[in-house]
Formats: sequence, C-alpha cells, structure tokens
Amino acid sequence: MIAQSFQYESPGSLSEAISLLNKYGDDAKILSGGHSLIPMMKLRLATPAYLIDINGIPGLSHISEDGGIVRIGSLVREAEVEHSDLLAKHFPIFRDVTKLIADPQVRNMGTLGGNLAHGDAANDHPAVMLALRASVAITGAEGEREVPIDEFFFGFYMTAVQQGEILTEIRIPIPPKGTGSAYHKLERKVGDYATSGAAVQLTIGEMGVVTAVGIGLTNVNSVPLRAVRSEEVLLGKPLSEETIALAAQYASEDCNPSADLRGSEEYKRHVTGVLVKRMIHKAAERAMQ
Amino acid sequence: MIQCKTSKAIGGMGHSMKRKEDARFIQGKGHYVDDVKLPGMLYMDIVRSPYAYAKIKNINIEAAMKVPGVVAVVTGRDLEKYNLHWMPTLMSDTQMVLPTDTVMYQAQEVAAVIATTKYAARDGREAVIVEYEPMKPVIDPYKAMDPSAPVLRTDKAGKKDNHIWHWEVGDKAKTEAVFAKADVVVKQDMYIPRIHVASIETCGCVADYDKVNNHLTMYMTTQAPHAIRTVIALVAGHVGLTEEKVRVISPDIGGGFGGKVPVYPGYVIAIAVSFLVGKPVKWIEDRSENLQADSFARDYHITAEMAGTKDGKILATRFKVLADHGYTDASANPSKFPTGMFSIATGSYDYDTTYMECDAVYTNKPPGGVAYRCSFRVTEAVHAIERITDRFAFEIGKDPADLRLQNFIHKDQFPWKSPTGWSYDSGDYHAGLHKAMAAVDYENLRREQAEKRAKGELMGIGISTFTEIVGAGPSKDFDILGIKMFDSAEIRVHPTGKAIARFGTKSQGQGHETTYAQIIAEELGIPMENIQIEEGDTDTAPYGLGTYASRSTPTAGAAAAVASRKLRDKARKIAAYLLEVSEDDLEWEPGKFHVKGAPEKSKTIQEIVFAAYTNHPQGMEAGFEATHYYDPPNLTFPSGAYICVVDIDNETFEIKVRRFVAIDDCGNIINPMIVQGQVHGGLTQGIAPAMYEELIYDEQGNILNGTFMDYLVPTAVESPHWETGHTVTPSPHHPIGAKGVGESPTVGAPPAIANAIVDALSPYGITHMDIPITPNKIFKALRDKGVIK
Repeated sequence: MIAQSFQYESPGSLSEAISLLNKYGDDAKILSGGHSLIPMMKLRLATPAYLIDINGIPGLSHISEDGGIVRIGSLVREAEVEHSDLLAKHFPIFRDVTKLIADPQVRNMGTLGGNLAHGDAANDHPAVMLALRASVAITGAEGEREVPIDEFFFGFYMTAVQQGEILTEIRIPIPPKGTGSAYHKLERKVGDYATSGAAVQLTIGEMGVVTAVGIGLTNVNSVPLRAVRSEEVLLGKPLSEETIALAAQYASEDCNPSADLRGSEEYKRHVTGVLVKRMIHKAAERAMQ
Repeated sequence: MIQCKTSKAIGGMGHSMKRKEDARFIQGKGHYVDDVKLPGMLYMDIVRSPYAYAKIKNINIEAAMKVPGVVAVVTGRDLEKYNLHWMPTLMSDTQMVLPTDTVMYQAQEVAAVIATTKYAARDGREAVIVEYEPMKPVIDPYKAMDPSAPVLRTDKAGKKDNHIWHWEVGDKAKTEAVFAKADVVVKQDMYIPRIHVASIETCGCVADYDKVNNHLTMYMTTQAPHAIRTVIALVAGHVGLTEEKVRVISPDIGGGFGGKVPVYPGYVIAIAVSFLVGKPVKWIEDRSENLQADSFARDYHITAEMAGTKDGKILATRFKVLADHGYTDASANPSKFPTGMFSIATGSYDYDTTYMECDAVYTNKPPGGVAYRCSFRVTEAVHAIERITDRFAFEIGKDPADLRLQNFIHKDQFPWKSPTGWSYDSGDYHAGLHKAMAAVDYENLRREQAEKRAKGELMGIGISTFTEIVGAGPSKDFDILGIKMFDSAEIRVHPTGKAIARFGTKSQGQGHETTYAQIIAEELGIPMENIQIEEGDTDTAPYGLGTYASRSTPTAGAAAAVASRKLRDKARKIAAYLLEVSEDDLEWEPGKFHVKGAPEKSKTIQEIVFAAYTNHPQGMEAGFEATHYYDPPNLTFPSGAYICVVDIDNETFEIKVRRFVAIDDCGNIINPMIVQGQVHGGLTQGIAPAMYEELIYDEQGNILNGTFMDYLVPTAVESPHWETGHTVTPSPHHPIGAKGVGESPTVGAPPAIANAIVDALSPYGITHMDIPITPNKIFKALRDKGVIK
C-alpha cells in the first residue's frame, strides 16, 4: 500500500493552482480531502506524476447565505456540513447524509467539493445535489462558469470540470417555507458505499399540493440519477399513498443498478423503491413541521 | 457468585484485576514486529500471482534491479539451489516457498524483491515482469472430486486425483439402521463459508542471520514460537541452522486467532535472504496480501442429518463433509486429527448413534484450514448440530428450547462418553439454558412473536446450546509434527518474594500477563502485581506448543498451578524449619503458613522465600524455583447457552439483532472481567460469519473481496449490546477447575443468529439459510418462495 513516487505542489492561490494544472495537464491530479484519491494511489490504480494540493488556497471554505442562495466553498469538510446550523435550518437532508458518509475521521478531512468532483455515482452528495437542484461553480484560466447539477455528471469519474479547472463553489437555492428534505442509503456495514440511496426534497403548498420536488438516487446508475418520472408523478398533486407508491415504482423501474457484492439487480431495484417511498414520507413530514 | 479465596491485594482467582498489559497497549507502547529496527536492515516485498493457475514462462528482473535501492530479486530458481523452494506444512503436506514452474492460486508468492527501503522494495515489485501462461483452474471442490478434473498436485509422484484424505468416525451400519426405522428424518445441506481471521496486525518478520556466529534470530508474528524454532531447524538444519543456532522471538502480537500458527512462505524467504546476504531482512504484509494469501478458515460443505421420534427424542445423526483445503493442506490440526475436533458434532445431546465422514480436496485457492478462534473445526461441528437440531424441531412442530431441554445430557451423566469417543468432563446444560431463557424472558418473546407474525412483521428467536472441546491435549492422542501437546510454566521467585514466570504459550491479546499472575497469586499468595509474566522468547521460555484452540488455560495455566504447588510444598518445609514445628502442624492460608491452633505463629510467603536464599535448611536445595510440563489427562468441555432475537425489516430485509444473551460455562473463572471481554470479542467474531464475512472467488479463482472495502469485518456499530452471564461447572480433572473460554462465543454465536433469522422467516416456508445471511439473500429466498414478486 505504497503510492508510486510523485511531485507534490501546494499552491497558495487559485490562480497559481490553475496555472499548475495547465502546466502539468493530464499528469496532474487535484488533492482535496484525499479520501478517494489517496487510496487509489496507494493501490497504484491512480499514478499521477503531480499532486496539486488545494488545501492551502484561501476562500474555498465558506458556508454563507446570499440572496436566496446558500453558497458552500468546495473545501468545506463533511464535518462542517454536518455541524452547520445554516445548512440544518434550510436543508435537514445534510445531517442525514453526512452521518452516513464513511466515519468521523474521514468526515474531518473529506470535502463536499471532492465528493462531487470525483464523479462517482456511489458517492452520496451527487444525489442530494440533484434533489436540491444545486449548481456548481467551476473556475479556470478564463474565469468562473456556473453549471447546473443536471449538466455536471458526464460518466464514470467524469464531470464538467475540465483540464485546468477547479470546482470552487456549490450553490443551492433556498426553498420556500413548507419544504422538507431527507436522505437515506442502505449500506452493508458502517462506512460502506450505498447499496442504493435516495435523496428527496419536497415543497408542499396550499391544499397539500406538491409544488416542487427533487429526487436523486445513489449508486444505481453509471452516473448519479435523477428520478424524473417519480418527480413528475408527485408534482402538482396532493401527496397520496397512490402517488407515492407510483413514484417508488417508477424509481425502481428507471434505475439501472448492476449486480455486485452489495446485491442483485432485483434487490437493488426493490430497495430503491422502498427508499424513495420512505424518503418522500420523511421529507413530507419535515415539510409540514 | 464467584467466591474469591484471596484478598484483592493478592488478586488471585475470581478477582476482576485490570490487565497488566493494557498500560502499554492503550498508550501505543506495545512492541510489535514492525517496531523492530536493526542496523543495516533490508526490506522485502513480494511479487504475487494475478492468476489462480498458470505456468510461469519467464521472470524478468532487469528493470527491477535498476530501481534505486533494490539489491536483489529472489525467485524459486534461486531457492532451488539450496533446496529451500519447498517446505512442509503442519499437516505433513508440502507447499512451495517460491514456485519454479507453476502458480497454484491467486496472490501466491512468485518472487521477492529486497531493497534498502520498503518504498524501493515496492517500486521494485512493480518492475518485475512475469510472463504467465494461464490454465483453467479448479475452483469448485465438488468439481475437483470429479474423475475428469485435472490433477492439480502434479508435483506429487503418482497422484491421480485431487483427493487429500478420507476420515470417518462412528458406526455406519448402526446409524443406517436407526435412520431406516426412525419416525422422523431431517436432512440439510449447509456451507460454512471460507473466512479469514483478519487480525488487525498482519503477518511479518525480521530475520536476522549473524554470519560470524552462525546464529539466526527470528522476530516473527507467531502464536507458537517454540514449534516454529523446531520447524526452522528441521527445514534449514542442512544449511547449518540447527536448533541451538536459532532463536525465535514473538513480540507483542495484534491478534492471532489461528492465522499466526502456520509458517508462511514470506518467513522462509526472509530467512533465506538474510542467510545469503548476512543482513537483517524485514517482511511485513499489507492488508490485501494478508487477506488474499494467508490461511483461510472453515470452508466446509456439510450434509447434516438427524433421526428422531415424533415427540422429539434425538436418536442419531449423520454428517458428510467436503473440505476445501485449497492448494495444499495447510491446516494446523493435531497430527492424528485431520478434521480437528469435528467429531464433537454430536453436540450436547444424549444419544448414542452417529456416523461422520469427511473428504478433503485440493483446489486452486489459497491453502489453509486454520482453526479461527476455534478448537480445530469445532465451529463447523457446532453449526451443523445446532442447525440440524432446529431443523428437526421445526419438522415436528416443537419449540426448539423444549426439544433441547428434552435431549440434553443430564448433569449426573458426566463424565459422559460421546458416541465418537470423547469423555465430556462436566456440564450442566439444563441450568445454562434455563438461565438464558429467564434472562431473555423466552415465553414473552414467543408471545410477542406470535402477535408480530399476525401483523406480517418478521421477528425471530434463535438458540444455540453448544459443547466446546478445548485444551489440546493429552499426549497419548495429541501432537503436532510428533511434538506432544503439553505446555509449560517456569516460576522463579526472587529473594524479596517477587517473581518472574515464563511460559511456552504466547498471548496475542488474551491477557496472559494478568491471568497467569492471578493463578500463581492464588496458589502462592504472592500479590499478582509482583509477578512478571514472560512468553515468546525461545531462548528464555520453557518449551511449549503455543496459544490457540483455547489451550493456554487448560495446559499452561494448569502448569502454573502445579509448579506453584511444588513451590508451596517447598515453602511448607522451610516454614516448618523456621517455626520449629513439623510440616503436618502447619496450615496454609493465602500468603502464609501458620501453626494449627496458633494463627499468630506464622511465616509469610515472602519470609519463607527470603529464607530460601538466606537461611535454608541444611540438606535442602537453595533457591525458590519450579518448572512444570503439564500433560493434561483429558480435554476440557466448556459449554454455553446462547439466545438471539432478531427483527428483520419487512421491506429492505435489513437484520437487526435486538438482543443477544450468552450464558457461558467455562468452569472456574480466573478473571471475570477478562472472561467478559473475551466473550464480547468472540461474539463479535461470531456475528461476522453469520451476517457479514465470506471470502468469495469467481470461476477463474479471482478473489472478489480482497480488501476491507468488501470483506466486511463488523465494527462496534454493527455489534449489538451483548448480555453475558455464566454458570460454573468446574472441570474435575483440571488443577484449578478451569476450562478455557476464548473460543466459545465464536463457536456458539453463528448458529444462534442463523437459527433466529430462519425462525423469523419460517412462516414463509424457509427452513434453512447458509451464512452469511444478508438482506440480499433474504430477499432472494423470499422471492424464490413467491412471497415477493
């Protein structure tokens, strides 16, 4: 478990980091919390010649509210997400998700930005961001661009972040009153990747009608999956056992899990439906509090 | 409760003394093999095979030799020059140290890279280019038995199949007759999966050969240092390493569980390299190597059958086993017991007819068959009897607790002769189960279960009432490579009355430094604080066979008691001399002899010992030392009654162990706190194979879960709240009436959990599930039964 030798760089500013990334190109990897990259390097599955450690860059560690948007710097640690009162006030889902990510030691180092930028559908935050309809700020030599979360995940380990770019901020619209959110995943043991996971955010308006809904699924597709039909069947109607059952059924049908040691395809489809149902109930309960 | 004969200040048996070793362990001051650093030390890393079965066409070391810091690359061809490319296993089979032609399992050692740093060694390992010609492996043990299967062990002259050995015990004809006439016969195939001990510390060594003095010091992770020294001398005597030239030191060990009994190729390569280059060589496995290449445990395919009457009387059992040993039989059983103590599978029940047989086969999987926290295949045996007993109860519609109570051997029947020839020393199985049922409130649980079932909820209650067989063992039956399985204690008491005691065993976390001191404190009245315990250095400790199979207390613990009693006899003589009375006029109380009827006239053990050095009676040998090699007259038979309650989510099928009550009977208890700790650890290692752990291979022999990401070792989070208790039935033949406890929970827990889960699912026609039982497996079982669409 020893990585191949590499050159370590620790830029002190965003522009320095970006110029290093441009200089070294494909031979460089960004080091954030390191909890996906370092194990891959130790197993020599990843062998970058240059490691650009962005942890020393100022201005990427904020959680703030600004004009109806919550902004989260990409270096914010999972533990900070877990304990943020601002996030807890608007998005109870973050307390659900962070406590299911690995273990406390990992959460002290692992970052929200890294969790997304790794581009792994087995990570938990992608589904959450789909449910919250977040967008992501990406900074390169030309400046910053904002990408909606639905356009962020390209494929296995591939995201909208291009060579010479760094994910710098996550932006989440603050939902109106009457909104609730919830996340749960099934895991074989503590710290495991999800067998399946479901993130739900619902806004319940007058007469109990669902006025907004987002549903994201973890690790049941090659990229993080939005459960589109499940959202559609809930939107614009009052919540009922019938619509919830249909939403669960559609999620179960629309996901594309592969059989592996976590379970058969059939089991994963089955529990995806169960989780979607349960998280709709939980989000709705929170919406009505 | 437990009666203590000594004061807390002396700290003899029955006191929950804090563990002496913990001061260093909890402060990170333990000294493990990887902490050994010697001047000029080189580092070794090992190239391993990606294939389960392949010819080696070429090994190109050119690029590796160019890596800065690499000093040598060793292959099987190099070792062959010294006839060190093969070694014997503890089961008198043979195993490659490094291959010359063929690799037989994935992760097998292929070459060793020696370098000045461990980083250079790893870079060198990556640079070795091996050309393989893959062959079709034999992975399924049933297919390995097929006459058309390719013969794997072509190295064995005349070998025409993959069969290793056949073993049987019991009365076949009588068993067939009873089965033929019985009202009820149940039969169940069950697989006890291949698992790994996964101790926190992996294996490793520092081999330090001193060319000038022709002397080898071997620091290594071994549970049996003395036996290893003998093995090294047997294997390497021809190159000059005779036994007096070899010193094996087993420093602190971070968990052994049977996995640190075998000799692994890495140790032998390190010795060979140190011998050739004359420098110390360190080899430390990483986690994946440990999990993928070192000895597995279990891997028994069992067909269990039980015959009985309609009202629940057990009449006979029959067990047929196929044992997958991988590439070679590298078990660590006593020589005469290729299936270990599997013949304990008749269980805790009073019947006299059984027949058991086992066939062992070679496959292209890593070798092994170690006794993982289990006295040689007892876990497999207990799972078989406890599952088939439940299956029988279910078949006749009888409560499994009632059926067990009906069939238990009664406490008055001990010593009880089992149908396979064992003599169970003592037990009170009824008391144990009654206590467990009361603790868990069994009747109410069954009532609650009936209510829940009516609502479609899944709740199960599982029982396991097991008999262990530990403390190998009596010399007439037990040896390893011919060495009898006694164990030893050597006690030296210094003039000021403080002592050092050394043993042939080796703690890997069991707490010997505390419990052995308590035994000596009990017998001699010297405060346990003042007794230093040492093990693991073959230059200083008396010869013994080591620590595994719950044997330390039954053998070395007994030796400590007997050696102490020899010293007490000497103390009596000295006290009589000092008090000017006859020996018969003296009475022992913990820590002193006093004159009968005159308790004020006494001599403390400290005064007596001082006199042994300063004022000993003429004609008596000076000093205060004793040694004893204890050859046990019988094995000991700990038992337990475990009850597990599970709730299963009826949508996700996640299993929650709501309660787990473990009532153990390990005879007299030395340290209740250590026993409780042992039971907690053992139960957690029992839940592991029941719900989480299994080494899984695909058809090509690739391991599918060779890291802790997918080999699921349960943590504190997965562990339920353990409720422990005990009954005390002393062993009648053991000097202090103790039986050993380390392995009971590992052995007893899996069937309790499996029985509980099957019980929860039984309304849907499910009568068995193979462990590990996972939500995914439950889903499949219910789907197969048509319960889920």
